[in-house]
Amino acid sequence: MTFFFEVFVSGLMVGIMYSLVALGFTLIFKASGVFNMAQGAMSLFASLALYGFLEQFFHFPFWLAFLCTVGVMTIIAYIIVFVILKPLVARPPLMLFMATFGVMYLLEGFGQSIYGTQAKGLEIGIPDNVYEVAGILISTFDLFFAVIAAALVGGLAWFFQKTRNGRALRAVSDDHEAALSVGIPLLKAWYLTWVIAGLVATVAGVAWGTRIGVQFSLSLIALKALPVLIIGGIDSIPGVIIAGLIVGAGENLGEVFIGPYVGGGIQTFFPYLMALAILYFKPFGLFGKEIVERV
Amino acid sequence: MNEQKEPLLRAENITITFGGLKALNNVSLEIYPGEIMAIIGPNGAGKTTMLNVINGFYKPDEGSIFFEGKKRSKDLKPNQIAAQGIARTFQNLALFKGMSTLGNIMVGRTMKMHSNPFSQGLYWGFSQKEEIEHRKKVEEIIDFLQIANIRRTPASMLPYGLQKRVELARALAAEPKLLLLDEPMAGMNLEEKEDIARFVLDANEELGYTIALIEHDMGVVMDICDRIVVLDFGNKIAEGTPAEVKATPEVIKAYLGTAE
Amino acid sequence: MFYRECATYKDNYASDMAIFPIPLDRWGFIFMLFLAFIVVPLFASEYLVTNIIVPFYCFALSAFGLNVLAGYAGQVSIGHAAFMAVGSYASFILYGRYGIPLIPSILGGGVIAAIVGTFFGLPSLRIKGFYLAISTLASQFLIEWIIVHWQWVSGGVYGTIEAPDMFIFGWAIDTSVKKYYLVLFILVLLMTFGKNLVRGQLGRNWMAIRDVDYAAEIIGVNLYRDKLIAFSVSTFYAGVAGSLITLCYVGVANIEEFNVMVSFALMGMIIIGGLGTILGSFLGAGFFVMLPIAINHGLGAFMEVVKPDILSNTESIIFGGLIVFFLIVEPYGMARLWHTIKEKMRLWPFPY
Repeated sequence: MTFFFEVFVSGLMVGIMYSLVALGFTLIFKASGVFNMAQGAMSLFASLALYGFLEQFFHFPFWLAFLCTVGVMTIIAYIIVFVILKPLVARPPLMLFMATFGVMYLLEGFGQSIYGTQAKGLEIGIPDNVYEVAGILISTFDLFFAVIAAALVGGLAWFFQKTRNGRALRAVSDDHEAALSVGIPLLKAWYLTWVIAGLVATVAGVAWGTRIGVQFSLSLIALKALPVLIIGGIDSIPGVIIAGLIVGAGENLGEVFIGPYVGGGIQTFFPYLMALAILYFKPFGLFGKEIVERV
Repeated sequence: MNEQKEPLLRAENITITFGGLKALNNVSLEIYPGEIMAIIGPNGAGKTTMLNVINGFYKPDEGSIFFEGKKRSKDLKPNQIAAQGIARTFQNLALFKGMSTLGNIMVGRTMKMHSNPFSQGLYWGFSQKEEIEHRKKVEEIIDFLQIANIRRTPASMLPYGLQKRVELARALAAEPKLLLLDEPMAGMNLEEKEDIARFVLDANEELGYTIALIEHDMGVVMDICDRIVVLDFGNKIAEGTPAEVKATPEVIKAYLGTAE
Repeated sequence: MFYRECATYKDNYASDMAIFPIPLDRWGFIFMLFLAFIVVPLFASEYLVTNIIVPFYCFALSAFGLNVLAGYAGQVSIGHAAFMAVGSYASFILYGRYGIPLIPSILGGGVIAAIVGTFFGLPSLRIKGFYLAISTLASQFLIEWIIVHWQWVSGGVYGTIEAPDMFIFGWAIDTSVKKYYLVLFILVLLMTFGKNLVRGQLGRNWMAIRDVDYAAEIIGVNLYRDKLIAFSVSTFYAGVAGSLITLCYVGVANIEEFNVMVSFALMGMIIIGGLGTILGSFLGAGFFVMLPIAINHGLGAFMEVVKPDILSNTESIIFGGLIVFFLIVEPYGMARLWHTIKEKMRLWPFPY
């Protein structure tokens, strides 16, 4: 029984880290109605940049490297919004989605051109011990990031619900034109959103980079986060958290308990199966906003 | 003037609520074959909702729809309801922007076309004959509505008035028993309105279509409609010929407070 | 001036609705066929034919399939490459293991891919938009897993099957020219079929579903049925394309050839080429196949040997940059650009 809980809890931890990645998607979707296919690539680029500041080109202490990375991601956010999204303001959301496709290729290409393609280890000084809590083994590493992720998610939830800027961003995502007509500066809203998403991508990039090393497959972690998105609802922050936990736990439990019977390796698609099952009953995810077309 | 006949469509005690707001409250109405009927009322009265219920987009919480005397089963999908003979235009224009005028109207023929995908891919025999046959029919409608010169124009490039006309053509292409028009003249100038009014009358008199329309222009409504149903805040507040409705105090109160 | 529609008058609907109503277009197409069937095999180098043109044809076929689903019917799918894999493995098994004749095996691979594709298209009945797009990834990952883990399919340890030697009625298809003709033959057949399909009522219904699905429903379009048909047609083309590319180019059926990055690339192809157009499927596929070669030659002017990772990174940058460029400047892709040029040619040398 303890084994079950161990698998379950470690699944939850991984799940929070998925939530972290999914959070970036949700933010951008919530605030600009755009589904950002490039979120994973942003995480990759962020962790590459961090590595660059830490080891490859400079040898900054962690806090400085982190700040510089955030700075770099802010610049990238500005470039993306100014060069790519601004000309596409009036176009349908599907087109913006495809534009982020292009951004994904661009970031991957540039990132690996500048920093090279070998996998790099990211050491940021987090202890990797194992504690025993109520008979279950928990790694401090996982715990550390779980706490960070929870803090980030909590902070963002507060931001969207309670602050003026947050509310403005929510208005923007509902209807670009309506938001403009009440005086919300659309472009500024988009800059803000993408910068925040960049920050989230950075944290996610650090978390996962430390876990699996900084390499191309980091951008594919985003693909794991996608089921989290559709289970929770693309535009719901609480949904992202809960869905992340569900996916993380489900994936782990599935792999450990069902996996051996079918040959293993089911983590890749198991979350998607869960998503399909849930979407059947709730086509907009557990907490997603239902889009009702006004006929 | 057709009260002796059986109604083509009967809505009985329709009630539908959206999240606390009662959009339609126990509304009943009939549409008789061969007539032009108008549903009017202030904004938000539930007119479009009524059409949506007739089309099958919304399932009423209470009440039923009877079409040609038969009660409509609860689980019919909108395209099955369309196949029974109901076609519609939309308030906010629902043209297929990715196609030309001709393409849009040809989609209207979809219920009458029966060749399977495989034979369509071969474009041979039955499939080809069918395409040509329906193209002929569509051209008749294009002539009727005088849109021949824009038949190849992409729908997205048409001026608003012509877009509305194309949407009307698409609905006519389905050769429905009942034609529902949601504000067919919205946003048009006087000349365009007269054109559409003429087309609606022609469709009714020459081609024999039964038409129910939602419209805000009272002049048009009074001129071309046989009967009127008035809705306000989800309730039916009046029904009858234009003259009768015009004189009903509730209608006057709901609309203006002063007589029109 | 010298172009297009002068003195081409139609006196019946049949000729108005022909595929190439304008004689110049018709001649242009015949010329393309001439190039493909006669000029290329005679004059192109073996390298060109095997490594560029054959993959180009196969990707064009697959891109067309995706275009049917995403461009015409509006159902975004980012797991398309998995169905190429299904077709590839299925045809290998049919031909290599069960001895079914070659061409039926190839088409059979497509049919099996279509059956699987229809199954994975079922979610489209309930789910829309981005939710649907993400769930198409389920097909990508699930199919990948099944192929690798299901021994009956994959046979070998790494899920790879060697391409069997090909024979049609005892006639060996072993030279690159013969393989080229095989691919070309199937390409022309299927693209003609596809062109008719998208021009007809089904194609119009698809575009109606894409543009305003409730209006399509209200005019009698059966959304469920037509969406599923879109999935089956699109995955059929993917399956045949996958089978052809492994038989005539790669040489082995290997799931790695059809991973999620290929699915993304296919999406990129139809965006750049032109959504909802046949020409676009060709242009996008051609672009995708030519890009690494163009870069190789371009950079090769500056450096001796282009390292593979520089090559792939430059590819990514240009691919991504072009996707963005086209979306901003010409969202309907290269195909629309081509049409605009042709339109200008109607009136040239007059400006309007």
